[in-house]
Amino acid sequence: MRTEIRICGFGGQGVILAGIILGKAASLFDEKEAVQTQSYGPEARGGASKCEVVISDSKVDYPKVQSPDILVAMSNEALIKYIVDLKDNGTLIVDPGTTDVEDVREFIDEHNIKVHEAPATKTATDEIGLKIVANIVMVGAITKITKVISKDAAIKAIEDSVPKGTEEKNIKAFEAGFNLVE
Amino acid sequence: MAQEFFIQGNEACAKGAITAGCRFFAGYPITPSTEVAETLARELPKVGGSFVQMEDEIASAGAIIGGSWGGTKSMTATSGPGISLMQENIGYAFISETPMVIVDVQRGSPSTAQPTMTAQGDMMQARWGSHGDYEPIALAPSSVQEFFDFTIKAFNLAEEFRCPVFVMADEVVGHMREKITVEDDIEIVPRKRPEKSDKYLPFKNVENGTNPMPSFGDGFNIHVTGLTHDERGYPDTNNPETHDKLVQRICDKILNNRDKICSVQSENCEDADIIILSYGSPVRSVVEAVNRARDEGKKVGYIKLDTPWPFPEEQVVQLSSNASDVIVVEMNLGQMYYEVDRVLKRSANVHLMGKIGGAMPTPDEILDQINRIGGN
Repeated sequence: MRTEIRICGFGGQGVILAGIILGKAASLFDEKEAVQTQSYGPEARGGASKCEVVISDSKVDYPKVQSPDILVAMSNEALIKYIVDLKDNGTLIVDPGTTDVEDVREFIDEHNIKVHEAPATKTATDEIGLKIVANIVMVGAITKITKVISKDAAIKAIEDSVPKGTEEKNIKAFEAGFNLVE
Repeated sequence: MAQEFFIQGNEACAKGAITAGCRFFAGYPITPSTEVAETLARELPKVGGSFVQMEDEIASAGAIIGGSWGGTKSMTATSGPGISLMQENIGYAFISETPMVIVDVQRGSPSTAQPTMTAQGDMMQARWGSHGDYEPIALAPSSVQEFFDFTIKAFNLAEEFRCPVFVMADEVVGHMREKITVEDDIEIVPRKRPEKSDKYLPFKNVENGTNPMPSFGDGFNIHVTGLTHDERGYPDTNNPETHDKLVQRICDKILNNRDKICSVQSENCEDADIIILSYGSPVRSVVEAVNRARDEGKKVGYIKLDTPWPFPEEQVVQLSSNASDVIVVEMNLGQMYYEVDRVLKRSANVHLMGKIGGAMPTPDEILDQINRIGGN
């Protein structure tokens, strides 16, 4: 089965790293196939940033996301811009602290979208004391909600991806995100 | 033990270069190839190598020619605007028979056009970009694993045939991340060096065309020049026979070894009415489109060019022998298409599906093209 995931937000929020962790977890630690791509543009900080991951049980040929099964939005601008591509019955995960799902309510209802709220930024700030780990909190929530990667694989991928010395804080952020949602 | 990494194509290229024994990189950073330079700037010093950021691409190509004659496997990486600037020195590398690797991560063109978007507009620059007669070798990777493997292969071919070798990647393959496996036992071709002897001639008209190569400082009295030269390397510019022998040998050493150099991958061609031919990242969409067409019962196959240059003529003719139509999918307005048409026009209708703009062709678009031509 091919699962297409798009994670979007502001440049600087770490949505690219979140996608790399998903791809790495799937392909190195879950024995699946994965390809990660991202938007390149002048949006280094502040503008819209987009990261895409395709995860599959078999070889991934076409590497890009066409209509995501899962959309993760960490900014309202990105939510409004990218919601239109989401598949019918698709999964939407938003950070309620940085987005307003009411702005896309019509699309959600029309296309029977399953909406999950994961307050990643607030959790990162309140529980970890570091706003910049919001992306890792979000990886925890994605893992729990979608089961597209296993928890073990996610933790190994985080350890393998974050700067040395920050592993503990990042794993804590992941756990907080994992426990945020049912 | 084999190792696995989940990395970008450009990072895999840099890793491949180091694995192949590259210890000198000179370049000028340019999107979408920059991560090749960035990774080598970080990693080369750790293995005793050197990285130099040059003032431009003309100097970059010159520097790696010098690096190679200094005895070090050398590489540069660039994109379209850089490959244009390098052409003068690339010609010099061909006539001086200098092994080196030129990586081109292609982007929208002409000129500076689309830095962050994918394209395959430089294929003819790899073939004919510098003036005069020469036979280039070019490899086109379709995955991160192939970008690693083909970079190593490029170094091996450069050493085996004492010539520049191109790796013609594109933005999609350069920037995407995938898993690569690095095996323990990778074949690396070392440089063939001459025996200490008074009789050594660096540009001798040997039968297989490729002479061993000394480094500056080894004690051989040799001369390296872009002018037409005799077997010693000394200029001999007015003698038609000297020029003919030299340039013919430089071309023949590649052409006569096409069976060793040329590589294609193919599937479902035996009974195919329609064959899709492609190279680089669009192959990924082609594979998906062909699989879907087969599921619908259509007799469709594909050919992937691992080596666009030298063009794998015999393989393409043989694999297409039962096809009525061949569709060439590439991200330009027709470059390899003309080569395919040249070798197949007596046996099949050759169609171009050229896509520019910066987005790679999708499987749906290729399927549409198959249906339009009448796959059934």
